[in-house]
Amino acid sequence: MATVPVDDRQIIRRYGPHLSSMAGVRLSTSVEPERLVKTHCCFCGQQCGLQLKVRDNQVIGFEPWEEFPFNRGMLCPKGIKRYLQGSHPDRLTTALRRDPADPHGFRAVPYEEGVRATAEALARIQQSHGPAAVGVLGGASLTTEKTYLLGKFARVCLQTPFIDYNGRLCMVSAGAANKKAFGIDRTTNPWSDMVGTEVIWVAGSNVAECSPITTNYLWQAREQGARLIMQDPRITPAARTCDLYLPVKPGRDAALFAGVLALMIENGWVDEEFIATRTVGFDQVAAYCRDWTPARTAEVTGVPERSIRQAAEWWGQARSSFLFHARGIEHHSNGVQNALGTINLVLASGRIGKPKCGYGTIVGQGNGQGGREHGQKADQLPGWRDIANPEHRRHIAGVWGIDEKDLPGPGVDAYELFRKIDAGEIRGLISICFNPKVSLPDSGFITRCLEKLDFYAAIDFFLNDTAWHADVVLPGSLHEEDEGTVTQVEGRVIKINKAVECPGEAREDWRVLQDLAAALGRPHGFTFRNPREIFEELRRASKGGVADYSGITYEKIERQMGVFWPCYSEDPETGQSVADHPGTPRLFEPGSFNPVARGAGPFYFPDGKARFNVAEYRPPVDDAGGDYPIYLTTGRVVSQFLSGTQTRRIGPLVDQYPEPRLEIHPRLAEKLGIRDGDWATVETRRASMTLRALVAATIRPDTVFVPYHWPGPKSVNRLTVAAQDPISKIPQYKVCGCRVRRAEGPPSEIAGLEPQQ
Amino acid sequence: MAKPDHLQFFIDPGRCIGCQACVQACTECDTHRGTSMIHLEFIERGRSVQTVPVVCMHCEQPTCAEVCPADAIKRTGDGIVQSARKPRCIACGNCVLACPFGVPEVYEDRQIMMKCDMCYDRTSVGKKPMCATVCPSQALFFGTLEQIEQLRPRSAPLNRFRFGAQTITTRVHIMIPRGDAGRGDGLDVSGALQKHPGSRAPRTSQPGTVADRAVEQDPFEEISL
Repeated sequence: MATVPVDDRQIIRRYGPHLSSMAGVRLSTSVEPERLVKTHCCFCGQQCGLQLKVRDNQVIGFEPWEEFPFNRGMLCPKGIKRYLQGSHPDRLTTALRRDPADPHGFRAVPYEEGVRATAEALARIQQSHGPAAVGVLGGASLTTEKTYLLGKFARVCLQTPFIDYNGRLCMVSAGAANKKAFGIDRTTNPWSDMVGTEVIWVAGSNVAECSPITTNYLWQAREQGARLIMQDPRITPAARTCDLYLPVKPGRDAALFAGVLALMIENGWVDEEFIATRTVGFDQVAAYCRDWTPARTAEVTGVPERSIRQAAEWWGQARSSFLFHARGIEHHSNGVQNALGTINLVLASGRIGKPKCGYGTIVGQGNGQGGREHGQKADQLPGWRDIANPEHRRHIAGVWGIDEKDLPGPGVDAYELFRKIDAGEIRGLISICFNPKVSLPDSGFITRCLEKLDFYAAIDFFLNDTAWHADVVLPGSLHEEDEGTVTQVEGRVIKINKAVECPGEAREDWRVLQDLAAALGRPHGFTFRNPREIFEELRRASKGGVADYSGITYEKIERQMGVFWPCYSEDPETGQSVADHPGTPRLFEPGSFNPVARGAGPFYFPDGKARFNVAEYRPPVDDAGGDYPIYLTTGRVVSQFLSGTQTRRIGPLVDQYPEPRLEIHPRLAEKLGIRDGDWATVETRRASMTLRALVAATIRPDTVFVPYHWPGPKSVNRLTVAAQDPISKIPQYKVCGCRVRRAEGPPSEIAGLEPQQ
Repeated sequence: MAKPDHLQFFIDPGRCIGCQACVQACTECDTHRGTSMIHLEFIERGRSVQTVPVVCMHCEQPTCAEVCPADAIKRTGDGIVQSARKPRCIACGNCVLACPFGVPEVYEDRQIMMKCDMCYDRTSVGKKPMCATVCPSQALFFGTLEQIEQLRPRSAPLNRFRFGAQTITTRVHIMIPRGDAGRGDGLDVSGALQKHPGSRAPRTSQPGTVADRAVEQDPFEEISL
């Protein structure tokens, strides 16, 4: 049913990506803005503060916001040019219905017709096949209010268990590991704790391109004497001058951590008092690490033995330290084990829960943190409550005014949801701000699944590549067209402020969801008048949960420039009402209270102790070898964001990095007869792509790298493998086997396209 | 208004991450909207990710102005060398050829030389230049000498550069490792270029670290194919 209605070139011609650049009022030096709106960047999890210049209901530029404490006015190129997405020619301003007779595949319809058609189709599917025949996909770029409402919409209005979100591709390995080790999933420290520490270990994080503002914290720390250890198969810009570079072979991170911990134990560089009094499970971990001798670790990881010893010595002997990691170690079928390996190093050192000592996981998407705390994740209810826990279910059912037995149980992860579409179990789909056709691995399979759907509706502000398959597209809202909260990388809840009204018939996303609920004849619980009212209900829903937001108000966020959760309205120790809890910047400080341990200790388990977990090394699924002898790894470039739905429409960002390139080491390139700028074909066990080579000595010679922000023939996710971590279900984007050969020129389908497409 | 004299501009190539936030921000400046007056140079991308942002160094005796036959390039009383004045500039390109730092550019479409004027529209009213405000790694910094000494205890600012027989003192400072800062005769730029002919800018290293590890030593040399 949901095949692309017309030739995709026709869709692109009408709906883009077209490039927005500085022109008209945005180029004029004489036009003064009417006002400056303090808000945040719409892209990554750093959520830098900035000010938008607004005039005549149009964002015409930006001004740094130097008072905001996290970034002090600093921005990366995406934040600087984000304003160019407003008033964009590709912006959806009406509802669309699929129409193969239309030259561009869709015809504009009144908004009410789009809503009515969606509701009728979903109702028809559910009447014939049951409530669970409809799936819902959310996005971690949505405000927390929207994710809360989306979770409620799926479970209360549609009564389906099948909701998940694109944070599944981002933070879930880190989140699962945090939960297993600490009982709570949040970066434990504000970034300011990096400055003044002795050693910083960065595992699998290209901070310079993925989270540039973090680099300044790194450089500040180094000026104060910190040593920097960088672990990555590529010499990223932040790794260029590090004190110790660990060139790990893709997918071998858990082995490296085990080898380092073994040396720490052997040399007595562990905090035995902390381990004995604040943790459990160390003996099993020590027993596992015993086999990881430096020689074996070096052989498996590809890191020289002397570097492993140096890392253990610096990390083991430090008096203060900070460790953080990102997708480089998490995007693996062994991602949770990798993340647990880092936590074991932190716990063994005893350096957590105090100033200048910390552990962090870098959020990828804007609201990766808040987006997973309040109910759009397959297994969670608001406030980080467990959907399978009867007590948690009762609390949320009470807030929502429904019977607990009417609340669906756990669903499945986003990839499994597509497998259910493939199997015919899910026949209708509704998505919001998620572009799985580009962002999920083995994306040829995702396309085939979309084609099988009986009905698909997308809510978005641009027609992304997945929405090409939609029967109905409902025009949602851009970041600057609505207000709400997001939770950034440090766990700081901040406020997004509305700068302009939605254009045409576009609506704020929460209104679209409520209009659908009304059209489905189930408006009860979906009559909020503004995001503030949604947030007030969210506060009540989260109260008493691990992610307790009950003490946070919009006013407190603005007064404090962000509030770190948990933030209580009621003292969890005494049950007394708290007038103005300031929030919790640093977790696990001695004597800190939490509702799980109830005074037994700082960690979120009944005994208050952290858990060591055996972080077992397993080789990657679809490893390099045989006919596919080279490792393929994927990642980002600084001027593009995720699947490029927004950034590939912003001219200056496209100019900066117009198309993906194959990064390849000169020795491998020479062996394959490839020169810089040549066309090269990369082939995996699933598909192949041809792109230009960037020959540079900044990557392991046995590994090639391709960034993933492009669709269609330029999409590396047609090549990646759908192997997933068994616990977190994160896909293994960061490694698969491939082979590479020189190509005579671009493939015909690319040669005819504009660079940004 | 003039730029406050105690506020200085500092460039620290050791911190540069090549993100081009400076380039994108420069296009937002009110005096040259849409065009960047700052350039980002990859030193040698095939071997390293080292990048350097290039802005006008605002020389005390600007060679570009000295060679200008139309007297179009003016240095303000507060030490900022301005872009060419439109009524005078004849777009001859003498300034482009003469500047030892490679900064000025002639814009053929507008028939004028334009270059960084340290965001004079902002700095003359007490704001920071846009590039230094946004730089996410603070490779570009605008502030006082006291601030930079406090924030960068392992680095030192340098503003004397030697190009053969010519010594130039600039309003813009380059941050170099403190141990190398004792040389009163400044940085020998042309000497560095002769030593590294492929480079377009002098090398600097992050204090207390192994400098340019990727360039000086291949960390992947033990990996066989």
